[in-house]
Amino acid sequence: MNFEFLGDNFMSLTVTGLTQGAIYALVALGYTLVYGVLRLINFAHSEVFMIGTFVTTIVWAGLGFGVGASAPGTFGVLGLIALAVVAAGAASGGTALIVERVAYRPLRKRNAPSLIFLISAIGASVALFELVGAITDRQPRGMPSLVQPKVQFTIFGADVTNLQIGIILSALAMLAGLDIFINRTRLGRGVRAVAQNPDVAALMGVNKDRVIMLIFVLGGMMAGAASVLYDVKVGITTYSVGFLIGIKAFTAAVLGGIGNLRGALLGGLLLGVVENYGAGVFGNEWMDVVAFVMLVVVLLFRPTGLLGESLGRARA
Amino acid sequence: MVGLLLGAAACASDDDGGDSTDAAACGSKIAFFGALTGGNAQLGINIRDGAKLAVDQYNKANADCKVELVEKDSAGDPAQASGLATSVVQDAKILGVVGPAFSGESKVANPIMSKEGVVIITPSATNPALADQGDKTFHRALGNDASQGPGLALYMKDVMKVQKTFVVDDASEYGKGLADQVKKTLGSVVTANAVVKEQQTDFGALVTQINSSGADSIFWGGYYREAAPFLKQYRDAGGKAKFVAGDGVKDQAFVDGAGAANAEGAILTCPCVPPEKAGGTFAADYKAAVGRDAGTYSAEAFDAANILLAGIKAGNSTREKLETFVDGYTGQGVTTSFKFQENGEIDPSAVAIWAYKVAGGKIVADQEAPKS
Repeated sequence: MNFEFLGDNFMSLTVTGLTQGAIYALVALGYTLVYGVLRLINFAHSEVFMIGTFVTTIVWAGLGFGVGASAPGTFGVLGLIALAVVAAGAASGGTALIVERVAYRPLRKRNAPSLIFLISAIGASVALFELVGAITDRQPRGMPSLVQPKVQFTIFGADVTNLQIGIILSALAMLAGLDIFINRTRLGRGVRAVAQNPDVAALMGVNKDRVIMLIFVLGGMMAGAASVLYDVKVGITTYSVGFLIGIKAFTAAVLGGIGNLRGALLGGLLLGVVENYGAGVFGNEWMDVVAFVMLVVVLLFRPTGLLGESLGRARA
Repeated sequence: MVGLLLGAAACASDDDGGDSTDAAACGSKIAFFGALTGGNAQLGINIRDGAKLAVDQYNKANADCKVELVEKDSAGDPAQASGLATSVVQDAKILGVVGPAFSGESKVANPIMSKEGVVIITPSATNPALADQGDKTFHRALGNDASQGPGLALYMKDVMKVQKTFVVDDASEYGKGLADQVKKTLGSVVTANAVVKEQQTDFGALVTQINSSGADSIFWGGYYREAAPFLKQYRDAGGKAKFVAGDGVKDQAFVDGAGAANAEGAILTCPCVPPEKAGGTFAADYKAAVGRDAGTYSAEAFDAANILLAGIKAGNSTREKLETFVDGYTGQGVTTSFKFQENGEIDPSAVAIWAYKVAGGKIVADQEAPKS
């Protein structure tokens, strides 16, 4: 155990943890939205994220920014990232929509028990995973370092880079946008209505199928945006990249209270930071042990997660 | 009329009888055993292509008595190795195996195959313990980690003159074995160590740890799948320490994944001879047959397959006979001169450890590592 290291590098670990946590939070939204409305854990969501990481590299490579290319100027980089967010968001959103149409909707029409949905979800996940694995020859795919990290300022001895600020701020902005969308707009009201009571919502004239499609697309788009941030940060992707991120994001969703948007944010950031502290104190190999022990402890005392599970009820 | 028929029949049976030893050795199979899919598949593909080249050349020269290469894709997963080893054992035509490619799967597969006499020549599994499992038919066509580790550490100490080294391993059979060897040889030069997980891609805490340790060099005991994203994040965070790793990282996919600028200057060692320095026309033949340059272990796999093929050509049509042949084999391959010790290890005088360097986005041979 190395508490001295934690003390010396507390802020630095916090910053890198928040950066990773922001990505968890964005992916966690997909789990939380779908669960909030359908009470269904969409295991294929990790693959929705993975598709986004690949589409990003394909778009960049198509524009001449393959492995080893040098980064363009600031505006060029921002343009590439914006373009990737649009493309990956569309691809991930589209994938999520296809998964819902192919793997879930037929079951819903037949009133299948929830266990069947779970099997279908795992099936869709493995199918996508293996498909991309086969297409890419299971080789990792690199991409250029678009953002050269530059230290912007230092808080309590921790260097904060432009990359870290960018990732955290973009994630927060997207979360805020989604929160406003769900809580303030007409479509969002429909989502909340279906989450609260699907049958009554249908009686009130809400198109349930449209709402369900909407939440899959929204969740997918958030995962697509997360995949771009991940690519910028990590710079390499493989067909299996969704697995670990997916589990962590799902954990983050449960930690914050699954079905709760702000809970996903809180859970993601908390998970990122705590597992980073854990890695600092106990060593890197203990990272996941610390993360999941924390999950168990939180659930012991708050079985519905930190902020409670409620897309429909609470205003939170 | 009857006599004529009888004569013809006798003639035919005579032909069969006369060719029986050859006919049995003809149509024999050798198997490739290793990852063709999965995150670390490139090494397996290199090996398969090396072995395939040897078999194709053999079949061209012996068109009337061909040998078949069977591909057993393990995905590098020890959990799949026992089933795969059993399938090798059950095919009586398979006399020998080029592989298994990785140490983890070898540990599981070797006892199963050895028990049934299948001749094993691995061109790449370098964990020292594999020779001590009591697998009688095990052979290693290159030096093991115990020979790679000290050579690698001596290179770090004497050639790179490192002062403070941070050792990272991935807790795998291979990675930890190599890291332990390096720690032992470097001694007090090692300031700290850490363990990473398979498939880990986020190294925020580890990067902070290494940066705050003030190390001037990092030794990475593991494979390229984890090494590439690590090095990128480490360099992105301003880390300047020199990066050193063993043969599991020595692959172009590592340079591409980490980014050429980040990987520049990284030292990758290998108990393998640079393919371009391999003897004969191997490098050119490989390129012509496969369509790209020979990779890590292609040349060793070529040699391993050729030893098995030499045995089959000499008429050793059973696993038992082939095993005796390989045990007594001496000869020059394209990588080194082969002679196996009692435990299956290659003769120590034949082991060569090479250091490679990433320069201009390519992995190029640097120099042979010091032997003492």
